[in-house]
Amino acid sequence: MKKSFLFVSILLIAAFALSACGPKATPTPAPETEAAPTDGGSYYDRAMAGEFSGTVVTMTGPFTDEDAVKFDASVAAFEDATGIDIQYEGSKEFEATISIRVEAGDAPDIVDFPQPGLLGTFVAAGDVVDVSTFLPQSSFDNYNQSWWDMATMQGPDGPIVAGVWHRFNAKSQVWYPKKAFDAAGYQIPETWDDLIALSDQIVADGDTPWCVGIESGAATGWPATDWVEDIMLRTTSLENYDKWTTGDLPFSSPEVKNAMTILDNIWQDKYVYGGRAAIVTTFFGDAPTPMFENPPKCWLHKQGNFITSFFPEGVVAGEDYDFFYLPPIDEQYGKPYLVAGDIMAMFNDRPEVRAVMEFFTHGEALKAWLASGGALAPQKDASLDWYGDDVERGVAALVAQATSVRFDGSDLMPGEVGAGSFWTGMTDYFSGVADMDTVLAEIDASWPRK
Amino acid sequence: MQKNNSGKRPTRVLDWLATTFGRVVVSLVVPVVTLGILIVGFRWLRDTIPDNNVQKALISLVAIIWGVGGAAMLYMLSNWLIEKLSPQWVRRLQPFVFVGPAIAILGWYLALPTVRTFWISLHNRDGSEFVGLQNYVAVFTQRIMLEAFRNNLLWIVFGATLSVTFGLLVAVLADRSRFETLAKSLVFMPMAISMVGAGVIWNFIYEVKDAASPQIGLLNAIWVGLGHEPQAWTALLQPWNNLFLIVIVIWLQTGFAMVIFSAAIKGIPQELIEAARVDGATEIQVFFKIMLPYIRGSVITVATTIIIFTLKIFDVVIVMTGGQFGTHVIATQFYRQAFTNQNKGYAAAIAIVLLIAVIPVMVYNLKQFREEEAF
Amino acid sequence: MSTPKNPKRKKMVSDILINGSLFLLVALWIIPTIGLLVSSFRTRFDIQTSGWWAVFPHREWVKVKEFAIPENVDPNGVMEIDGVTGTFQEFRDGVSTPDGRKVTWVGNKRLGKIQIQEHRWVMRTDFTLDNYQQVLAGKSFELKNPDGSTRIVQGDNFVGAFLNSLTVSIPATVIPILIAAFAAYGFAWMRFPGRRILFIMVVALLVVPLQIALVPILQDYVKLDLNGTFLALWLAHTGFGLPLATYLLFNYISGLPRDILESAFIDGASHFTIFTKLILPLSVPALASFAIFQFLWVWNDYLVALVFIGSKPDVQVLTMRLAEMVGSRGNDWHLLTAGAFVSMVLPLAVFFGLQRYFVRGLLAGSVKG
Repeated sequence: MKKSFLFVSILLIAAFALSACGPKATPTPAPETEAAPTDGGSYYDRAMAGEFSGTVVTMTGPFTDEDAVKFDASVAAFEDATGIDIQYEGSKEFEATISIRVEAGDAPDIVDFPQPGLLGTFVAAGDVVDVSTFLPQSSFDNYNQSWWDMATMQGPDGPIVAGVWHRFNAKSQVWYPKKAFDAAGYQIPETWDDLIALSDQIVADGDTPWCVGIESGAATGWPATDWVEDIMLRTTSLENYDKWTTGDLPFSSPEVKNAMTILDNIWQDKYVYGGRAAIVTTFFGDAPTPMFENPPKCWLHKQGNFITSFFPEGVVAGEDYDFFYLPPIDEQYGKPYLVAGDIMAMFNDRPEVRAVMEFFTHGEALKAWLASGGALAPQKDASLDWYGDDVERGVAALVAQATSVRFDGSDLMPGEVGAGSFWTGMTDYFSGVADMDTVLAEIDASWPRK
Repeated sequence: MQKNNSGKRPTRVLDWLATTFGRVVVSLVVPVVTLGILIVGFRWLRDTIPDNNVQKALISLVAIIWGVGGAAMLYMLSNWLIEKLSPQWVRRLQPFVFVGPAIAILGWYLALPTVRTFWISLHNRDGSEFVGLQNYVAVFTQRIMLEAFRNNLLWIVFGATLSVTFGLLVAVLADRSRFETLAKSLVFMPMAISMVGAGVIWNFIYEVKDAASPQIGLLNAIWVGLGHEPQAWTALLQPWNNLFLIVIVIWLQTGFAMVIFSAAIKGIPQELIEAARVDGATEIQVFFKIMLPYIRGSVITVATTIIIFTLKIFDVVIVMTGGQFGTHVIATQFYRQAFTNQNKGYAAAIAIVLLIAVIPVMVYNLKQFREEEAF
Repeated sequence: MSTPKNPKRKKMVSDILINGSLFLLVALWIIPTIGLLVSSFRTRFDIQTSGWWAVFPHREWVKVKEFAIPENVDPNGVMEIDGVTGTFQEFRDGVSTPDGRKVTWVGNKRLGKIQIQEHRWVMRTDFTLDNYQQVLAGKSFELKNPDGSTRIVQGDNFVGAFLNSLTVSIPATVIPILIAAFAAYGFAWMRFPGRRILFIMVVALLVVPLQIALVPILQDYVKLDLNGTFLALWLAHTGFGLPLATYLLFNYISGLPRDILESAFIDGASHFTIFTKLILPLSVPALASFAIFQFLWVWNDYLVALVFIGSKPDVQVLTMRLAEMVGSRGNDWHLLTAGAFVSMVLPLAVFFGLQRYFVRGLLAGSVKG
């Protein structure tokens, strides 16, 4: 008697202990649906109708701090309208953590890649959902075809559309301190020769024209790669540029060498603030600062439009600074524009995730961000009126008028090159550790063999 | 069992049954209840979302008690269960109560991943093809890896040696000083600073500005004050820029060496030192003839640990230069290859080479243990 | 004291020598930290434009007068300004006047100005608590609304991250020490088959870079649904800290005098009793020193936390906050200075708290070394 009583009570206690602590009603992921988006409209429409209210979509990417706040602000309206909670967790070590998490099967729903090259690895491994399977035609129509071309990557079973473009940065512009520039009577250069003449004029007036800095911690060298890419676009055909980014045109080719030589001619001691030796040790964010001293110590700074957030506090767009288009070198290649951007890729296929992805194809997804500055919208329905200041609006308009748009080549190249030997090669060359031929040959040698 | 001998037979059987059963029951109930409590605690902790910081503090407190108490309870529990067995079995099994958990956790967290890494190192970049030792050949022939090996050698020769020397020096001096606590605390302080913070601190030392502006890095301010051109200490001047990074790690690690040496020095019997002094030994002699031999074990321990630290050195390089300017070391190369370049086979080979590099140190250590008859 | 005069003087000399060299070493060690401390009270502008030592009195060229370039000078020739002559380049570097002032041409030939500077004693003491305020209360961001108005978004404060770090660090310090102490005792004082090979394995694992374990462990965590919990992080730090803990504690525990244990055995004590009642109390100095290190490593760890709980915003630890503090633009140094100090407070408190265990004579004569 006693025994069985004890035994039963133990069982009961154990059962109670286990059941009492059962999981609370945590939101369980909705089962995968194969439903076609036709019946209730697109996933975005269904989300706006409240169908996915209460669901959570997790995201990872490099936005932290101010960028994270701006991102949250720009998706707030969508979250309120749909009841979908978008949880963005950014980190500085994004590249490493995303590799680890995807490999371990812990990928977030959507990942924001500032470098399409890295995304390509995951696409090749078959980790990424093809967005063309569910996006409505209207989403596709909302971008220039070239954006979709850049989003198409080779998966294990043929090419897929690996993601949608969120914000982008335009890189082919030169910033100058407008007030002092006008006071000194300098003219905005229209051609490359004008640019060199202006540089010489500034030298003759006793200053150094260019503010240059390529130091960026582990990424030191990247601003130099932007320069090389911009010059490549201006001195050779688009086919050659594309071949270069895929590794079919080697760095030791005459085209790349020519671009390097042109850059070499600008980055001379007499043209660069602090001399050529300062290039590799000046933090890229600090590089434009001497431009805003009164009077300026250097006058020209080529960098993406994001650099305005590094300008000293209190300087006013359009008054204290403005920009001009980096002039063409060879007229036959038109007016190309170099851009870089964030591509949102989808790792988990659930209806609410599809809805969020579709939302990112709307200019609406960037509206609040455009107002606070620091981003440009590739979506066609993003109005120029949404930009918070005239300078960014001007950049956006200029990109729209460009004869061709090409993505930052180093971001397209495999990590070994685009985030490795290309950066270090530039650093080595401009710090005088190695000569041009050695550097270019080493970059070629580092291209991964498949 | 002894005490049951006196009773009558049926009672004895019944008694025996009851006792045995009681034991079995208790042996079941205790673990079940213990595990139950732990599971309830875990679920509660995982699923409770705090609304404010007061709740959060409360949950933190429960979590800490649950974690620390849980670990202790598991030990007590397994020992309690083992000690129910016959003495012979106690002798056989008890060692595993002591070392078992450590072995299990190490096996899971470090040993298995190591084996897995070795396996990956024999494959190509995405693991699709067996390539034999090809990755290892690449590790030992690529220029950038050879540079990393050279740098790691610099790290060990300068970083480890000087950390140990300074640690010993401070420990010995502080031991004889009235300001012991203060001095030790101040030397120890860098250990408390996170790597991000240390990066900022050393930027204020190494920062370089152009010659026309005032220097905000201390070293350059002094250097320019002496009439030289400002230098980019951690960037140019290759390969000596590595030494400026090594200084940072000496600054960070000396505190570690000092604490252990200090504890060891306090273990030296005062009579021994006094006796030597009475015999007319100088302080230097006392140090080399008495103290050093006495704390030899600690010196070996600290040296081993610091050599391994410096072999694995990673964050200082990442924070200060990111491996640029010829400062890559083995661990940063591994990180780059594994995560930036997604070249998994090659990265794994680097990790295995790192493992092999430390074997001589380990062999020396084990020899020491044997000599001291610790085994 | 009845010591003769000579030894007394000798002692004084050696005292001075010892304290002097100690002072020198300590000074070297704390100068970088002082720089950080001073900087944490300076404004962003000051940090970027002058060295932290500028807060101490020093001589500097100070602008006393500034005026436009006189009409009649030709910047391409030799000029006479304010009584001194020189070329453009010479004026750019500054031309000294007989009364110790300096005439400097600021700017280029088109937009130049003339500055008269004097060498004066100055100290820059515009201290501010702003950095600390932003770190503790959260950064505030000014955002523009689409309609052109602005609003302020307040970032998170430090309290939540601080509590998380505490919750991670304390068990992640105690658990590995407990496990390692048991293991060290087992290896040192128990006889069992495979003892040696297992110990060699434990020590050899010291060198395994923890990065190789991240992927497999995360895989297991995902399967066990442990990901994003404190337990996941405690176990990970336990795993990564165990080899060193076992190695250090073994060195210590195996060096404890044999006779203490043997007499305990004769008294019939079990291993468990000996361990808890005898060994643990005797090992306090070693346990305390390792506790400090493990606590510091866990407290300052970034990578492990990022991988195992990085996906959950509500369990973010201090280092993650600190890493974000540098800003998306990577140049908010002024905040990092304060952040570094705030995150240092607790580890230092732990150090001071445990330091009293390293007292002389606690184990005098009982440690083999």
